Amino acid sequence: MSDVLRSLRSADVEAASRRAAGDLVERAHHRGLVDVAFGTVDSPLGSIAVFVTKGGLLRVAYPEERMDRVFEEIVEVVSPRVLEDPKGTERARRELDAYFEGRLRRFRLPIDWAFVPQGFFRRVLVETARIPFGAVSTYGDVAQRAGSPRAARAAGNALHDNPVPIVVPCHRVVPAGGGIGKYGGEEWRKAWLLRLEGALQPADENMS
Amino acid sequence: MADRLTDVSRGDRPGRSIRVGAIPPFASFLEEHRADVYRFLLAAVGPHDADDCFQETFLSALRAYDRLRDGRNLRGWVLTIATRKALDHWRARARRPLPVEDLPERPAPERAEADPELWRAVGTLPPMQRAAVIHRYVLDLPYADVAGALGCSEEAARASAAEGRKKLRAVVLAGEEER
Repeated sequence: MSDVLRSLRSADVEAASRRAAGDLVERAHHRGLVDVAFGTVDSPLGSIAVFVTKGGLLRVAYPEERMDRVFEEIVEVVSPRVLEDPKGTERARRELDAYFEGRLRRFRLPIDWAFVPQGFFRRVLVETARIPFGAVSTYGDVAQRAGSPRAARAAGNALHDNPVPIVVPCHRVVPAGGGIGKYGGEEWRKAWLLRLEGALQPADENMS
Repeated sequence: MADRLTDVSRGDRPGRSIRVGAIPPFASFLEEHRADVYRFLLAAVGPHDADDCFQETFLSALRAYDRLRDGRNLRGWVLTIATRKALDHWRARARRPLPVEDLPERPAPERAEADPELWRAVGTLPPMQRAAVIHRYVLDLPYADVAGALGCSEEAARASAAEGRKKLRAVVLAGEEER
């Protein structure tokens, strides 16, 4: 009798439960029960995590970000129904792949602005999203288009808090006085993106 | 890679700043409890129906998940749901009896291995005893959680587990004598 219980205890359920969990995600997706879908994109800038809601792209996270905090914030602000859902993130992953391969110059997926407070911050990011591939703008320009010409520094803060880097191209905003400016402590990424877009020539590499 | 993402989001490791009772993302919850739930269902309803009950259990959990307010003892919570699914399953089976011997031999290469004799023996127990025995002796749940999952008192849970274990021993011994 203890044999019965012992074998039930030691039954190998790893593969079966993993597959069942995969099926579950698919069913949850089709029933509209996934509030936030996540997935990863392997890019030249590292493995990038994307989070997508029914409203659009919610969050793009670079590998250095503390993922526990990213998830925590999503659970708190949006919903705890967060699942790794390949179908739910397909469009975002496809567009990012195409961008990194140089096949896509303008993202078309909608943005979910849940993490961006309404008002100046959101207007700054909306204006930034209008800067075309290959061009750059200054903090002052963006501030002005967002309605506060003297708020260049505040515009910088809004861009620093951009929850969807790359897709809302905060890397295209540079200081008026020269150089490429900051990029969340990872300026090499900003330079890399600007070079990919042809806005920064290899010879300009030391301009910052 | 996905594992890495869900892994770091878990709040149950020492040194994490996540507050007690915070709700983890469903992905972490699923990753953490899928094996226990599957093991329970495999023992409770057998390899043939474990998958269906697993889907129903976690879909129910997902439906209720955005209304959860306390993330403590999510294991007890999901095993309670799984127990209800198993009880529903047994009731449905009882309404349209299906001799165990006639179950089709399904080709199921990826299904968890479990000696059919084992869960047939477990299947001879009445539902509450069956669930109590599995929770207590297969999943090592404390009696408070067994009681929670069964929706009964702790004494009743102890009694069901003890009675079930006694019956199981008799069934298995009888089976061995037949051989």
